[in-house]
Parts: sequence; structure tokens; C-alpha cells
Amino acid sequence: MPAQLIGGIGTSHVPAVGAAIDHGLQDEPYWSPYFEKIEPVRQWMAENKPDVCIVVYNDHASAFSLELIPTFALGVAPQFAPADEGYGPRQVPSADGHPELAWHLVESLILDHFDMTIVNEMTIDHGCTVPLSVAYGQPDAWPCQLIPVCVNVIQYPAPTGQRCYDLGKAIRRALDSWPGNERVAIFGTGGMSHQLQGERAGLINTEFDLAFLERIVSDPAGQAAVAHDEYLREAGSEGIELVMWMVMRGALDDNVREVYRAHHVPTSNTSNGVLILENATN
Amino acid sequence: MGTKRDYDDIPGTYVFDGRRNSEGYHLNMFCKSLDVAANRDSLRDNPSPYLDQFPMTAEQREAIDNRDWLRMLQLGGNIYYTFKLAAFDGLNMQQLGAAMSGVTFEEFRQMMIDGGRPAAGNRYSHEWSDTGPA
Repeated sequence: MPAQLIGGIGTSHVPAVGAAIDHGLQDEPYWSPYFEKIEPVRQWMAENKPDVCIVVYNDHASAFSLELIPTFALGVAPQFAPADEGYGPRQVPSADGHPELAWHLVESLILDHFDMTIVNEMTIDHGCTVPLSVAYGQPDAWPCQLIPVCVNVIQYPAPTGQRCYDLGKAIRRALDSWPGNERVAIFGTGGMSHQLQGERAGLINTEFDLAFLERIVSDPAGQAAVAHDEYLREAGSEGIELVMWMVMRGALDDNVREVYRAHHVPTSNTSNGVLILENATN
Repeated sequence: MGTKRDYDDIPGTYVFDGRRNSEGYHLNMFCKSLDVAANRDSLRDNPSPYLDQFPMTAEQREAIDNRDWLRMLQLGGNIYYTFKLAAFDGLNMQQLGAAMSGVTFEEFRQMMIDGGRPAAGNRYSHEWSDTGPA
């Protein structure tokens, strides 16, 4: 019996959410409407108990820098410590890896024509730790093993939405050929519309975001074809992060059951989407 | 690299492509160095010799010294790197957004609470030619 992909989670990884959790601000008026909206994610995680979480995110100049910019990188380490992003590491647990499954993914993906960068030593920044906090709150140890998959979205050009979607499909083929019986969840993180930089900072496009949330469920192949320029113009320069949700979507069956969908504006400078999908046949 | 890009006419936006990477490399790597606590101490204790280690242009150095956050982007800075310097200064991303878009922090924060800067009127440079950001 192969590994079982039990679901896909779409979530923001905005640092402000991590800071709100770390500093106990969840019940403040600014934050409580958002934290109410992620409660179903925590319930789903508690009920479904994935053994392994594949978290697709972008490193923000933490583990990688301009010295070397991998388009797709996969962590095979036994452990991943939180990064010092310039203001000290987040006070969250280190995450245990799953080197055997991670290496299986690497081998399967590369032989399947996805030339992954293999990472033995890397820290995980807010892009990865915030989704874990969204999913699990503040446990003493993360109750899953982690396989981090980093996608470059900082240096133009990011991989296309199509390439990300296809990578997700290749991840699924790899899981389907793994002889273990792990229960696996995959996270697509980042977005939604936001622009951090320049005179246009603060851009939010809720219409775009709601259309994305609908289309990634019902017409993922169509959403995968959306070009970078449209993301940049419509969803803001950092809205391009949404291509990482396409990896998550690609890993799931074409037909999915939508367990939950929510949207919230603002969290810091971002529009924030939440999505839980399961394979329709599960 | 010299070709015109479709995104060049998005106003107030500095897409971090190869041109900007090359121009801003040393500025960004200075910012990246602030991931190390000992380097933050060095910058705090003695900024000028610390900064001298990074072969930035005079303009880039001036933008750093003046904390001209928008100018840093125009000279090849990347927001995820320049934010490390902003965090060193104790600023958050909304304060940085306010500084780059020329409004106060309170105005920027309220704009976000009200739903953010709309896409309408902010998609193309020509929309800004008379009136500026919407």
C-alpha cells in the first residue's frame, strides 16, 4: 500500500500571523476574525493526523540568498531549525524531517524530469513555520514529519503556474510509488494578492483572489495557464506566490472535494486565503 | 536582459529581475548579512566600517545611510532583503509600505483595514500620469 495523500491545504504564510500567535494576540479585535477562519484547518489536522506534511513555500532570503537561487529545492535533512531572518529565530520547535521519503521524492522527481535541488542543511523561515502554526497552533513539538519544498518566487522569473501544477502531479506519482503507508498532507502556501514594495505597496485584489479560490478547485488546468504578468499586475508583485498553491493542487486528483474555503482581508499587507481539499475518491 | 518587459508598465512596482539582481547584488548582500546576530551588533556599534565591507555604489550607500527605502528598490534592492535592514531599525512591513508609498503609517494601516489599495486605477503607468496612485 503506497503513501496516502489525504488532503491539500492552501494557506497564507505571512509573518504577522506567526507574530500574532507567538505574542498571544489571536483574541484581539484585529486578529480574531482571521483566527476564527483558520479553526477548521486545525480541526481537520486534528481529525486526520497526517504523518508527513509536504510544505510548499518560498524561502525569503533565509536559507538561500542571491548567491544561489534554486527554482525548486527539496529538504532531505533529519531536522530543520527555524531561521534567524534578521531579528532572531521564531520561538517554535525545530521540525523533524523524513529523509527516506524525501530522498524517494528527489529520485522519483528527477527521473520524472523535475530537476530538484537537494538540500541537506537548511533552516526554515516564516514561509514554512507560519503554515505549521496555522495548522497546529503552539505544540511543544510539531506532530508531523516535514518535507520542505522551496519554490523561488523572489527572483524573476518564478517557475510558471503550469510548471508548478505539473510538479504537483509528479509529487503525487512519487507518493503513489512509495511503499510506506504514511498519511501525507500537502500545503500550498503564500499569497493571496499583496504587494509589499514600491509606491504601489498595499495593493489588494479581492475579486482576483475569490476567482482564484474558485478556479483552483474547479478548473485547475485553466488557472495553471495564467501568466506571470497577470499575477504581477492583478495580484501585486508578491501575489505571484500563488503559483505555489498550484503545486498543492497538482498533487491532488483532478476531482476534489472542497472541505473548506475562507478569505480574509487584511492580515498585515496581505489578502489571506484558506482552503482545504481532499481527493473526491477518499 | 535589455528587452522591454510586459511588466515594465506596472506603476510603482520594481520587479526583481536579472537587471535589478545585478545592480543590487552588494546592497542586498549587505542586508542579508544582518541575519547573523554578531553582524547586527557590528552594524549597531560601528556602522561605517561595517558598511565599507560591501562594495556598493555611492548612490546605494547614500540610500542606505538615509534609509531611503524607495530609492533602495530603484537601485536594485529587493524588498525581502531591504526588510532585514528595516527590521534592524525596528520597523514593520506596514511602516515600510507607508514610507515607500509616501503616506503615514496610520494612513497606510487604515488603507489596509479598508480593503487595501484597489487594483482599479493602479494597473498601468498611464493611469498614474496625472493623478498618481489610486
